[in-house]
Amino acid sequence: MKAKIHITLKQGILDPQGKAIEHALGSLGFKNAGNVRVGKYMEVDVNETDKAKADAAVKAMCEKLLANTIVEEYRYELG
Amino acid sequence: MTKDLIAQHNLTDEEYQKIVGILGREPNITELGMFSVMWSEHCSYKSSRVHLRKLPTTGPRVVQGPGENAGAVDIGDGLCAVFKMESHNHPSFIEPYQGAATGVGGILRDIFTMGARPIALLDALRFGGLDHAKNRHLVKGVVAGIAGYGNCMGVPTVGGEIVFNDIYSQNPLVNVFCLGIAHKDKIFLGTAAGIGNPVIYFGSKTGRDGIHGATMASDSFDDQSEQKRPTVQVGDPFTEKLLLEACLELMAGDLLVGIQDMGAAGLTSSSCEMASRAGNGMDLDLTDVPRREPGMTPYELMLSESQERMLMVAQAGKEDECIRICKKWDLDVAVVGRVTGDGILRVRDQGKVVAEIPAKSLADDGPRYERPYSPPAYQDMLTNLNYDALPDVKDANAALLSLLESPTIASKRWVYEQYDHMVRTNTMIRPGSDAAVVRIKGTNKALAMTVDCNSRYCLLHPYEGARLAVAEAARNLVCSGAEPIGLTDCLNFGNPERPDIMWQFVLAIEGLKDACEHFKVPIVSGNVSFYNETNGLSIYPTPMLGMVGLIESVEHTMTQWFKQDGDVIILLGKTKEDLGGSEYLKVLHHREQGSPPFLSLETEQSLHDFLLKVIREGIVQSAHDCSDGGLAVALVESCISGPAERRGAVVRLSLDALRRDALLFGESQSRVVLSVKPEFADRVLKLAGDAAVPATKIGTVGGDRVVVEVEKGQWSEGCRIDLTVDQLYDRWAFSIERTLNQA
Amino acid sequence: MKIGVVVFPGSNCDHDCEHIFKDVLGQSVEMIWHKESSLAGLDAIVLPGGFSYGDYLRTGAIARFSPVMGLVKEFAKGGGMVLGICNGFQILLEAGLLPGAMLRNKSLHFICKDVSVKVENAATAFTGACQPGQVLKIPIAHADGNYYTDPVTLAAMQANAQIVLRYCTPEGKSTPEANPNGSLDNIAGIINAAGNVLGMMPHPERCAETILGNDDGKLIFLSMLESLKKDKKPLKMVAG
Repeated sequence: MKAKIHITLKQGILDPQGKAIEHALGSLGFKNAGNVRVGKYMEVDVNETDKAKADAAVKAMCEKLLANTIVEEYRYELG
Repeated sequence: MTKDLIAQHNLTDEEYQKIVGILGREPNITELGMFSVMWSEHCSYKSSRVHLRKLPTTGPRVVQGPGENAGAVDIGDGLCAVFKMESHNHPSFIEPYQGAATGVGGILRDIFTMGARPIALLDALRFGGLDHAKNRHLVKGVVAGIAGYGNCMGVPTVGGEIVFNDIYSQNPLVNVFCLGIAHKDKIFLGTAAGIGNPVIYFGSKTGRDGIHGATMASDSFDDQSEQKRPTVQVGDPFTEKLLLEACLELMAGDLLVGIQDMGAAGLTSSSCEMASRAGNGMDLDLTDVPRREPGMTPYELMLSESQERMLMVAQAGKEDECIRICKKWDLDVAVVGRVTGDGILRVRDQGKVVAEIPAKSLADDGPRYERPYSPPAYQDMLTNLNYDALPDVKDANAALLSLLESPTIASKRWVYEQYDHMVRTNTMIRPGSDAAVVRIKGTNKALAMTVDCNSRYCLLHPYEGARLAVAEAARNLVCSGAEPIGLTDCLNFGNPERPDIMWQFVLAIEGLKDACEHFKVPIVSGNVSFYNETNGLSIYPTPMLGMVGLIESVEHTMTQWFKQDGDVIILLGKTKEDLGGSEYLKVLHHREQGSPPFLSLETEQSLHDFLLKVIREGIVQSAHDCSDGGLAVALVESCISGPAERRGAVVRLSLDALRRDALLFGESQSRVVLSVKPEFADRVLKLAGDAAVPATKIGTVGGDRVVVEVEKGQWSEGCRIDLTVDQLYDRWAFSIERTLNQA
Repeated sequence: MKIGVVVFPGSNCDHDCEHIFKDVLGQSVEMIWHKESSLAGLDAIVLPGGFSYGDYLRTGAIARFSPVMGLVKEFAKGGGMVLGICNGFQILLEAGLLPGAMLRNKSLHFICKDVSVKVENAATAFTGACQPGQVLKIPIAHADGNYYTDPVTLAAMQANAQIVLRYCTPEGKSTPEANPNGSLDNIAGIINAAGNVLGMMPHPERCAETILGNDDGKLIFLSMLESLKKDKKPLKMVAG
């Protein structure tokens, strides 16, 4: 099973990269762009056939290593 | 082999016939690829070799001259300074971050392959004007790439220089200098000696990146070049850091016979060059080469320029210990071959021979050309400049401020604050003085380093320009208290197939030769980068120099900024009417014309001898070389470039028979602004007199303004500079940042 | 005293820390490879700066799982003195030995320059040789030094005098302009509640010798040695 994991800074935590990109988009004329958040995207092959087991494993990976939950939040799709 | 295929490999018919002659048969595709990279301009120096031979490369301190991964110079205490400069111009234009980063990675490997721990990096960069968005993008990318790689490696970037000129818009230059320290009796060379010895691959895995990087660096750009992006390699500084530590650990044991990094032309160049240097052959088996992707062909494996890879030849029987050390540092490692005695580089894949070429013919028997050269038709137009048609400066304040904020002169703080310039805790003089100085732990010595080249001078007169570059580099070192001991060059030019470009190259070599011989500074390593040309437009000839100086005792280290109010300011050297090729003419009159400043090597040498004497005697407070922007800019930089307080100065100059602009902003050579304590002023002036070095007391340090009073002369009215230190500082310190931050 | 300097793959200030303790301060130093299984006989541990594991994923995120970190945690739990500098601080945060997390610098750039920091608590084992409120000039060199923690933790640290160093002007004022990276409350260095684990972003080992033009950083190391000498145990920290 492949897990597609997205990690972003929590809402409310300043994202300077996002801000810089938002500014750049604005100056390129994309007036409709706002609230840019920059994050990380990861793909992990999970060697499990049972969806619940895979889900638990990915959640543990995120909590333990992939995200720092003090400042980051994560979500993932399994498929 | 079809004609198309041969042409795609950048080989001429004649070169192809030579290959057929060597092999006694048609090459297969793998062999064709191997010849094409090794015989490229980048690897074979086919256009430059006959001229490079003229350069002085020997001297009592030289431990290793050109031809190895880097040069080495004896600095006493059983130690050597190992250094080299290399270009990564083409990749940096295509992908600035990775191009610059892998440039840093490549030169670092050249240094630690020799058994030296790298302790300093410097960068010489050339970009087009910052008014173009594309150039701002390149600057940001290159600086971030250098920072990203060097910082992670823990090697400080202690200095460098940046010049902005639109001629570099389509061909920016990224030249990286690295210096390391090795024990004199523990220098490692790229040699495959000892028949039967194992050949071991270690480092990163091999991927398809950078195939044909060397051929890319041997071709001009056109509008399609940005689509060459896939051939740019991606750097992994973390793996390189592991590679560095693993190499030094391997070298500390009695394990290795030879070692070389896989730079341009990857596995091909490292294997054939090591074999050729030892007069041996090598059997390589690609089956065990660690790879990143399945299905790679022998052609791809032999030509890949994946970064952070090394090839070593170990003593027979020491394989296991080598493998253990590489594994400790989490590196991929595999025995991939043996040294043979038949002189043939034989490559196998899955048991089948896929290439069989005499190693020497690949590494050393490439074509050599004595390309025709002649001065360009426009050369006279460049040098002839009617100064009478140029109005003299009226508002000296405005002219000075314009110069200070021109990005070539302005502070490079925005750049070097992104570089870790202090790690390894040796940096005595940080970026922003005439030269960077690092102490050598365990001794009382320090090394000064500088990179220099005024390419406008080189355009106007390649011979003079090259001499001026050597003189300025040496002067920068001497101003820091160091005696020049060695040089590395990075010769950036346009297309050598054009006689006018070749003319620039040949004259520049002559200039380098004459100046280096005069100062007795040997050239111990270097690199040539041709084809810096896009759509027929070449860069200015840019023979970039990296010079190293030795400070025998650290107390004699000198900096450029004024230290104390009340100190006397002395100008060494004579100011002449040297406006040709000046930054002033470019910024204020938009002209890059005229003859470059006059240089007497004898005068320059006596200046150096005198300066070192007074610095070592401890009677000088600061010394700053006059270069871009002339005396006025040198004075202001002496006031505002210090790391702590900024100071004012009051100066009085007499015009005599000069123009005002020539006096203030002309770039006469062999001049230095000194400050000395009042009690030592007379002694300094007397010693200068004894040494026949012109020396004039021109003012005093102090106050919160920089005031320069120019007295009326034979032909002109006087003028006055009077500005606050704060205003000067603001213009100079933040100019680049302000320009880059515009959208 | 015997100081252990931990070497992670990618550490690059390990030799600098060794140099200070050994050559400048005359102590014995042991370099601890991250796969080491014992910290026996060490009086204090230093986690040096650098780019452990390339700073890939997040600064310090992978290093915290190195085998040696289990031992460092034990060592700290037993009252042993642990100093984390720059990447070492980031590892201490990821390992949970200190509260909070590091974000990218506000400017998005790596920043290498001298900054002023104010000693907010001179009664710790790491700052005992400083005057209360003393301003030190120490260089920073990082891309991720923008300290963050939740308001509750921050309030607790403030109340407990755990904020040991704050970025400030040369005159000692903690203004937004003096904050080089956007760090919460101008935080440059913090200590744990027990007072034996300090993390700081500035590099004191880079300014502990006059030949480099500044030796303010030496005070941090001298403080450590003094408090180790006193009873081979760190000073009990007093609030305020």
